[in-house]
Amino acid sequence: MMKFLKKFYIYIVLIFLYAPVFVMAVYSFNESRTSKKWGGFSLKWYESLFHNEEILSALYYTLIVAAVACIVSTIVGTISAIGIYSMSGKVKSLMLNVNYLPVINPDIVTGISMMLLFGFCSIRQGFFTMLIAHITFCIPYVVLSVLPKLNQMDKHLVEAAMDLGATPAYTLRKIVIPEILPGILTGALMAFTLSIDDFVISFFSTGSGVSNLSIYVYSAAKRGISPEINALSTLMILTVSVLLAIVNFGSNKKSQEKGDR
Amino acid sequence: MKKTKVLGLPYGVWMLIFIVFPIFLMFLYAVRTSSGGFTLDNFRNFFSPMYMQILWDSVYMAGISTVICLLLGYPVAMIISKMPEKSRNLFLVLIIMPTWMNFLLRTYSWMNILGKNGLINKLLTLLGMNTMDLLYNNGAVLLGMVYNFLPFMIYPIYSVIIKINPSYLEAAKDLGANSVKAFMKVTLPLSVPGIITGITMVFMPAVSTFVISDLLGGGTQMYIGNLISHQFLQKGDWNFGSAVSFIMMIVILIVMMITNKFSKTDKESV
Repeated sequence: MMKFLKKFYIYIVLIFLYAPVFVMAVYSFNESRTSKKWGGFSLKWYESLFHNEEILSALYYTLIVAAVACIVSTIVGTISAIGIYSMSGKVKSLMLNVNYLPVINPDIVTGISMMLLFGFCSIRQGFFTMLIAHITFCIPYVVLSVLPKLNQMDKHLVEAAMDLGATPAYTLRKIVIPEILPGILTGALMAFTLSIDDFVISFFSTGSGVSNLSIYVYSAAKRGISPEINALSTLMILTVSVLLAIVNFGSNKKSQEKGDR
Repeated sequence: MKKTKVLGLPYGVWMLIFIVFPIFLMFLYAVRTSSGGFTLDNFRNFFSPMYMQILWDSVYMAGISTVICLLLGYPVAMIISKMPEKSRNLFLVLIIMPTWMNFLLRTYSWMNILGKNGLINKLLTLLGMNTMDLLYNNGAVLLGMVYNFLPFMIYPIYSVIIKINPSYLEAAKDLGANSVKAFMKVTLPLSVPGIITGITMVFMPAVSTFVISDLLGGGTQMYIGNLISHQFLQKGDWNFGSAVSFIMMIVILIVMMITNKFSKTDKESV
């Protein structure tokens, strides 16, 4: 009985969490334009999605900003983490504390401080400013996921490599990077998801004509979003599920292999 | 290895330009009048009854949604942690998956469910009942907050509970505690660090949100996030807006310092 109740409770919570996802997916197949009535099954929104300039442009900016921000912040974050790792004392804790600021600050404070900076330097806000803002709030997460891996690393490995004549660059490539790779990957993944999902910081750091998906949804929500967005979100969640399934499958296999050894 | 210190330098400069300086700018705006003179009026204004009410409303709503998340999320974390490993991973992924869909889209989807012609009201008319006004009120805002932040409560609590040594519970039971008492005396106290992390991870974004209150609350009531965005985007009063942002930042930094202390002392005592 207790077991049944527990299962039941988990499923209720899952239904709650998936209700909006499910509703969007159902409406994406709805023939009629409004969600007021069910007009029959249709795939027409999937088709017209690829002709909706506004949504496509928003999708384009979302993906390009996320991709560039992810790559740049992963590289800069990893290099900086190595730098911070070898620092000590007050400088180190100062760097860490400032690095922590965008993580704990509410998005709206970060967004507004960015907007003030761009306003102060009279830079016209648009794609470039949004990208800068994204890179700025992504780097700290990369640093924070790489640093623990550096701390776990066996210091003697590096010393041994250097003693045996490896150049610092070679040691970095052959010893340090492989050791901290899981942290780098976690950081990159975090940067990408944070960037793709961000609304508030983008909203304050972008200019006219450049919207990502979140901004598009926000500005369109009040006048009623065109049903293509249902189709798009269904496609996105499908992509994510497939990716997750692949990743999960891969890591399961790996852990099994480890267990076999 | 000492030479690699230099690698941190570029990022130090980057942080100075894009993190420290913008916050300094915010402070500058906050202590200036629109014509450029020094003033503390922006801060003084905020402490008027009207804005204090907004602050209180935001804290109140965020507080309630945090409590609901805790009450809903704790059992979930506990049940999942007791599952066999395979289903544990599956359910964890299932819990986190919806957060991979765009946050705005999920909130918008709730508008479709709660709205006048939404799913719930359609169901009600189908059953021959009167429709209800479910959207554009505090309840809808609360629902949006709980919905969006619940996974942030479940995860940290789960990751603490899963690490509790099962022999503690066995010992408690051997010594005669029933499962309720064992929970109260062992699991609950040991999961406090997770609870604190969960509370901060829910409360912080909830108190500063302006999207949820805008979309699901319909702008009927102002919260502190709305107040800030309103000052910058509609009223164009950057000085007052900066002052409010600055106050919010300081408050959150203080709260974080306090909770950090808490979770640290808890870790030491374990």
